[in-house]
Amino acid sequence: MTEATAPVAHDSAQVPSVSTTTPRKTAKTLAEKVWRDHVVTQGEGDGDAAQPDLLYIDLHLIHEVTSPQAFEGLRLAGRPLRRPDLTIATEDHNTPTLAIDKPIADLTSRTQIQTLRNNCAEFGVRLHSLGDAEQGIVHVVGPQLGLTQPGMTVVCGDSHTSTHGAVGALAFGIGTSEVEHVMATQTLPLKPFKTMAINVEGTLRPGVTSKDIILAIIAKIGTGGGQGYVLEYRGSAIRALSMDARMTVCNMSIEAGARAGMIAPDEITFEYLKGRAHAPVGADWDAAVEYWKSLTTEDDAEFDAEVFLDANTLDPFVTWGTNPGQGVSLSDNVPNPEDFADENAKAAAERALTYMDLVAGTPMKDIRVDTVFLGSCTNSRIEDLRAAADIIRGREKDPNIRMLVVPGSARVRLEAEAEGLDQVFKDFGAEWRFAGCSMCLGMNPDQLEPGERCASTSNRNFEGRQGKGGRTHLVSPVVAAATAIRGTLSSPSDLAPVPANTVA
Amino acid sequence: MEKFSTHTGIGVPLRQSNVDTDQIIPAVYLKRITRTGFEDALFSSWRKDPEFLLNQEPYKSGSVLVAGADFGTGSSREHAVWALKDYGFKAVLSSRFADIFRGNSGKQGLVAAEVAQDDIELIWKVLENAPGTEITVDLVSKMVTAGTVVAPFQIDDYTRWRLLEGLDDIGLTLRDEPAITAFEATRPSIKPTTLPAKF
Repeated sequence: MTEATAPVAHDSAQVPSVSTTTPRKTAKTLAEKVWRDHVVTQGEGDGDAAQPDLLYIDLHLIHEVTSPQAFEGLRLAGRPLRRPDLTIATEDHNTPTLAIDKPIADLTSRTQIQTLRNNCAEFGVRLHSLGDAEQGIVHVVGPQLGLTQPGMTVVCGDSHTSTHGAVGALAFGIGTSEVEHVMATQTLPLKPFKTMAINVEGTLRPGVTSKDIILAIIAKIGTGGGQGYVLEYRGSAIRALSMDARMTVCNMSIEAGARAGMIAPDEITFEYLKGRAHAPVGADWDAAVEYWKSLTTEDDAEFDAEVFLDANTLDPFVTWGTNPGQGVSLSDNVPNPEDFADENAKAAAERALTYMDLVAGTPMKDIRVDTVFLGSCTNSRIEDLRAAADIIRGREKDPNIRMLVVPGSARVRLEAEAEGLDQVFKDFGAEWRFAGCSMCLGMNPDQLEPGERCASTSNRNFEGRQGKGGRTHLVSPVVAAATAIRGTLSSPSDLAPVPANTVA
Repeated sequence: MEKFSTHTGIGVPLRQSNVDTDQIIPAVYLKRITRTGFEDALFSSWRKDPEFLLNQEPYKSGSVLVAGADFGTGSSREHAVWALKDYGFKAVLSSRFADIFRGNSGKQGLVAAEVAQDDIELIWKVLENAPGTEITVDLVSKMVTAGTVVAPFQIDDYTRWRLLEGLDDIGLTLRDEPAITAFEATRPSIKPTTLPAKF
């Protein structure tokens, strides 16, 4: 068992508070370099008394939920949207994943989508609407188009904007007032973050994925452990990850309380970007790569905090509670609240077990689920779909399981269909849906019933997140697939071998 | 934004850590396109329980929320702040706030006062022993007072100044408009633009 797989009673007092003074150092981390390259005006003063720096924003991503009040604010103040050419919008949170050619049945959802369309037309913002080949979850669309690149500052009115840090961008979620601020000024007043290195060394065993890395990290440092920090994921296990897998890691930085998570760009990043629609070409490409290569943390740079995780001994990870830090190894048992030293953690565990209807000491693998959700900005990219399809191909679904497969974008869906993955899912008995946020937050009809238990590849297991009274266990795509086969939380290693004549 | 210097109102002891923004306002309420009228949405799942604090007098008319650590985690939805404000809350006390929530609060004139956990525990006891006790949140002196408990709180100076003055962030930034224009002139041409669209 790794250190991270023990039930962690997180002591919040151990984490330094945000407001301490950080002396400006000469040797810089990746995050500090990107920050430095975007300072429009530097705030005066130091520490708590410091005024914020004014930071330039290279890319502003917009969706229907957190933008209407911001557009309205511009309109009321008579302000233009400063840089439509650095802004892009898509429809994702509310959109249905069935019958997308019909008007949206829910009137409030339809109004919100229509409001986005009207606003984008009025302010000249590029929009990918439902039905468009580039529509999809905003954090899948940006990288896919090659719009998120190393060294950029990227913001969106969505906390999972941290996803884009996987390419070496400084990317973070903002509130609606800040959305309006970026629309009006293309900048944000921000105080410098502190930096935290997350070192993950070693080699993942078969069936263990980047989702397990990030769930283990959150269990280790807690949902507030990253507060005030930009995380930089480093080490051999991170370097070995594909871009899709890196996005899964960075995506959930916010679940550890961090605004952003980053991974220094390398050949895997460049390979991913090359040829994408908005990637530079020709001499621009060479110049860009030269700059991108400079975006590494210098050897003698100091992080404000460091965390270590051993990839060699990591198991598939799963949550048992109602926040993403309440996780254990899939081979462990539901923890006993009495084992938590901290009183607040104990109370939180008790409450979580009641909500989740779980008994301490139950093996996680004995927990029967009703629904499997494969989707969300955490795990809905083509590699996630491939990994799940590889597990289920040639195997049978537990008859009591309902499985939803929701590609992250229309483009991912098309790509999957070109590879025949849709047929694999359909043959298995899963529902093959259209792209969007879907059951991750249940703003559209894709919701859990009260008491329904779900193995979900998404990012939040909060009370009622996936539907009122719904119970969520966060898992990786391969654990989701194995669970759909066995009907209980399962790892791919629990499965019987596939008959030899099928493709594994 | 309204100026804030001091506020006195009934304290509500929410003995729970990790109150995420999905609990403060469930996603179903985010479909609205207005910035006000979210009071019914605040803690809507919990308010279905008659035992929940906000369903009981005198807490029902509370205006200072005293919560456990890591308040406002999760989704970036500013609706969480709007819902708290629309309900009537003027300040939230916690030993630690999620970054985005704290930022959103500062933009909307809700005071997110960081109070040491030991003091939070003391204030909880005061409020539970004498329900209806009023708390004073003094932004000038950065002190909270609840009965006999007087405790300091943290809030960054810049946010405090903006709250005290009631200043609009965008207006402040636009004073630096020439600097933004100058910065834009130096941006490398290899950086991507969304327009014209490429596929």
